[in-house]
Formats: sequence, C-alpha cells, structure tokens
Amino acid sequence: MFRFIVRRLLQLIPTLFGLSLLLFIWLRRLPGGPETAILGERGTPEMRAVIRRNMGLDEPILVQYGRFVRRLIRLDLGTSTSTKRAVTTEFIERFPGTVELTITAMVIAIGVGIPLGYLAARRRGRFLDHASVGGSLIGICIPVFFLGYLLKAIFSENLHWFPSSGRQDPTLGATRVTNFFVLDGLMTREWDAAADALWHLVLPSIALASIPLAIIVRITRASVLEVLNEDFVRTAEAKGLTEQTVRRRHVLRNAMLPVATSIGLLAGGLLSGAVLTETVFAFSGIGAFVAEAIGQRDYPVLMGFILIIAVVYVLVNLLVDLSYSFIDPRVRVR
Amino acid sequence: MALLEVEDLSVTFARRGQRAVHAVDGVSFSVDAGEVVGLVGESGCGKSVTSLAIMGLLPKQPGLRVGGKAVFDGTDLLQLDDRSRRDIRGRDIAMIFQDPLSSLNPVIPIGLQVTEVLTRHRGMKGETAAKEAAALLDRVGIPDPKRRLKEYPHQLSGGMRQRALIAMAVACQPRLLIADEPTTALDVTIQAQILELLKELVRDSGTALLMITHDLGVVAGMCDTVNVLYGGRVVETARRRPLFRQPRHPYTVGLLGSVPRLDAGRGEKLNPIPGSVRDLLPWPEGCAFAPRCARRTDECVGEPPELVHAHDGRSYRCVNPEPVPGLVPAPREEESA
Repeated sequence: MFRFIVRRLLQLIPTLFGLSLLLFIWLRRLPGGPETAILGERGTPEMRAVIRRNMGLDEPILVQYGRFVRRLIRLDLGTSTSTKRAVTTEFIERFPGTVELTITAMVIAIGVGIPLGYLAARRRGRFLDHASVGGSLIGICIPVFFLGYLLKAIFSENLHWFPSSGRQDPTLGATRVTNFFVLDGLMTREWDAAADALWHLVLPSIALASIPLAIIVRITRASVLEVLNEDFVRTAEAKGLTEQTVRRRHVLRNAMLPVATSIGLLAGGLLSGAVLTETVFAFSGIGAFVAEAIGQRDYPVLMGFILIIAVVYVLVNLLVDLSYSFIDPRVRVR
Repeated sequence: MALLEVEDLSVTFARRGQRAVHAVDGVSFSVDAGEVVGLVGESGCGKSVTSLAIMGLLPKQPGLRVGGKAVFDGTDLLQLDDRSRRDIRGRDIAMIFQDPLSSLNPVIPIGLQVTEVLTRHRGMKGETAAKEAAALLDRVGIPDPKRRLKEYPHQLSGGMRQRALIAMAVACQPRLLIADEPTTALDVTIQAQILELLKELVRDSGTALLMITHDLGVVAGMCDTVNVLYGGRVVETARRRPLFRQPRHPYTVGLLGSVPRLDAGRGEKLNPIPGSVRDLLPWPEGCAFAPRCARRTDECVGEPPELVHAHDGRSYRCVNPEPVPGLVPAPREEESA
C-alpha cells in the first residue's frame, strides 16, 4: 500500500515535467504577449522590446524553461506579469475559495446523486425514475453560467433567500487564518462568520454541482440496475435475507465501484470548471483571477494554475484508487 | 404426502406486441421427504425457470405470470407474501446455483456470506456464528476453514467456491435442497467430488434434493425418481432404473442415445437428436417433440398428447411410445390400464 502511494507520487514528476514543457512552449506560441496586453495596440516596437527584455522573454525558449524549472523546484512560480505579485501568494489567497466551492459542490453531487440514482433504479420505469433521468439530462445540458444566473434571479433577486455574490459579508470583519472562510469561522469561533460564508456558498455550489450531480445519478442508476441482475444477488435472495440486507450488503457496495471512478474524474474537472461559476457569482476564487490572466497573457499565473490542477487531478485519482481497494478486495494495490 | 407437490405450474413471459412465451407449461411432479428427484432436459426446456418459480426468485418484470401450485409441506409457495417467502427461503428450502464464481458476492468475505444465513434464520451472532460457519465449511470438505472464512471468493478454487455455496445452503438444515446444474461449471474430477458431497449430505441429514441437470450421468448416479422435461412440460416420469433400462418416450430414448459410451464399438457414431429445442410445436397444436421425433405419426399433430399413466408407476406423454421388449407391440390398451 505504502509503496503503491510512493510510486504513484513519483509518477507525478515526469507527468508534471512533460505537461509543463508542452504548456510552456504552447503558451508562448499564442498570438500576442504580455507586452501587448500592457501597452495595448499603440505600443511602439521599441517599447515592446523593452518590456520583453525586462521580463526575460527575449531569451531562447529553452533557457526560459530552464529558469522556470529551477524556480519551480523551490516552489517558486514566479511573479505575475499583471499584478506584479508572487504567483504563490496570489494562489494562497485565492485557491481556498475555489477549493471550498468545489468541495461543497462535490458533497452536494455525491450526497444527492447516489441516493437519487439508487432510488431511480429501484423504481425503474416509474415516475421517480423518469423524473431523475429526465432531470439529469437537463442538468447536463444547461450551461453552468445560465443556471447560475437563473438561480441568482430566482433565489437571490426575487426571493432574497441567499446572497447574490461574494464569499462573505465584509461588514462582519471576520478574522482570516487559512483563507478557507468557513473553516476560519469555525477555528476562531466566529460562528456568524462561518454561517455567512456557508450561506454564500449555497447558490454557486448548486450551480457548479449540476453537471456532476447529473452524471453521478446516471452512473449510479445504471450500475445498480446491472448489479440487481447479478447471480450473487439471486443467491442472497435465495438465502432468505431481508430486503434491507440484500440491498445494503450485496447491491449497493458492488454498485459503488463505477461511481467511485467517475467521482475521481469529476472532482478534478470541477476545480477547473469553477471558473465560470465564480465569474457569475463574483466569488473571489482562483477562477476569475485565471480568466483575467488569460486575457493578460500572464504566463506565470497560467503555468502555475494548470500545474496545480494537474497535481490535484493526480492526487484525487490516487485517493479513488486507494478507495477501490477498500470497496473491492480483488483490486489489491501493490 | 409429498414434501413438495408441484401441480400444473406454468410460467409465462408476455411482452407487449410480442407473442407470450410459455417457458413452463403445466409442469407437475412431486418430491418426497429425503428423496432425490431429477429434473432433466436440454437447455431451454424450462427446468431452471421451474426451480426459480418454486423459490419465488424469478426476476420481477411486467408480463410475468406464474400459475398453478407449488405446495411445500401444506403451504402453497406461490400464494405466499414476500416476507413469509423470505422466512422459508434459506431455512426450509435452500438452493445452489450453476456458476459458483458469479453466485458469490465478490466484495465480501466468505465468512460473512455464511454467517449472514445463520444470523437471519438461526439468530446466531459474532463468535457463535463464526464457529458454526467454520464447522459448516469443515463439513463440506473445505480444509483450514478458519482461514477460508476471511478470504474472498476470488481466492478460492472453483470446487471450493461450490463447496462454500453448499455450506451456505445447508446451514439451516433445510428439508429441501434445490440444485440447479451444480456441476456444470466445474472440472470433471471436481464434479464427481461435488456430487459425492451432495449425496452424502442428503443421506446424512434426510434432506430431499431436487436435482436440475442436463447430464444423464448425474441422474444415473444420484436420482431416485426422474422427470424428463421437454418444451416446458414433463414428458416422462419414472424411477431411475426403469427409465434407463426401458425409456418409453422417444425424447428420453434420444437423450440416452446421445450420451457417449465407453463400451461403444470402434467407429460407432453418436446418435444425436436431430434439430434443436427451438424446433418445437406449441403444445396446444400437438406434441412439442413431434418435429424432431423418429416415431412421429399423424396422431402426434393436432391434439396435445395426454399423460399416460402406465401400470408400473411410470408415466409418459406420448401416443406412440417406444415398445417394451417382451410385450406385444401396439400396447396402447395396456398402457392406459
């Protein structure tokens, strides 16, 4: 088990190396550059050249990459060309919001998706089944930003149940410890701050959860239907076990395997998918910052963001693989 | 009175816009306490569906209709509600299946799969249940039962898996054990061991055994009474010896003829039954076996043949049965006596 984890973490190194090299070259091939973003259309070629030289962009690309890697080893992602602050500092401030949002969305997607998918399978062909299958199709089809605006219009502007933007009411003057606002509130015992932060999370996380929720419902439903037809379920029935035991012990546990895989794949994607949701709800996470960075051709920020997403992806899927060996004894990690 | 009396059992699968399929079409047979009864036929003849219908394990689906009676110890199993059925299953009637690997839950240890029956029907828990489970595994010939209890199905060999399933089935000393082709998925040497084990278990505990098989070798080695099924109906019922010595129904004759024999002469060919189970005539239009039958006459088509009860306690469903050597040919008056 331990060796498996170490090996998987070591595999991360070549992955990140390859990914960063590809991205490094590819980003610099994009038309325009930070100098255009700074100067606009009117900058003279001389002014552009000065800026490029100051940023070290006039050197050969491999030299630039070498410098990037040397800094990366010291966990230094460089300085943002647009805010002039260290990329790591920017990330430490902004990532927690995105992580908070992603985790809440995942909790909603899993907590609602698995029971709903299971019930749909049990009531196959009945109203709940049709409703959840149809609903999940809508969930997959509706663009996140549209759903975001819709939720905002209904629950915030009309009904005033939830705040429409931001992560917390600034007038509370909450203390910052980790920049995870809910966690901060709990740690400093500022309960009202924690509740307010949680309140701000509701609408954006529902919007973000819509697609993974729909996918989890469908995968759970299909998986349960498949397991219900398995021979061992018939054996369990032949033993005269109660319906409850058959479902919990024999059906659900076996049906969870494909669901676990999909959760791993979804969780990584969710982190990068938060960009749109954050923009709609003016939620100060990493998303809005990165969207801005694309326009500014802010290479260090983009590199850092994509590398972190890659690391998160690998870690989440490592967790999923580990959870496999708990769910299914046939998958023994070595 | 018989322990299990199946009377005119029928199972129909109806699909909207399609012709209803009569998988089992009026099957009747009985099993006495402690008796070993065979249900024999080719694939698709309705033998597995019969057993699942008795157990109430047919997959619930719209269009499924089960008719007739299956009276076990005075209660009609087909009329029971779900809860009472679950009380009987595993305790009074147990079942073992064809493919031991897929019949075991892959993600929970063998031990729990045995103890859950003990907990459900015998109220055993914890240490007591574990001890009893080990004793059961030992009884079905699994060596080192304590260690095996912690293992998972994929860590056991095919024969061991079937033994484990048998242990689960006999855990509550049921009065009837239904075995649905229990050896089909196993090696020949293992097959013999499993059959030997089953024989031993039913002899020692007085459990009745309903053996469902297509293998006449299994029948010859185990069964007291044999029911031959064709197209969802019983076409011949007889004690084992008379059946093998003098089969009366042409289908039984065909089944026996298609078994390879070691004492056959060199170059002697097997005699398979021509055609397949699919070439059957719906029973209301005559004898289902008629399209494949060598002894077909004009009388075979038009009306379904009645079950003929012969004087020696056997019965067959045929208008032109195989003659019994020593008797005068055309024995039709004698048969109905």
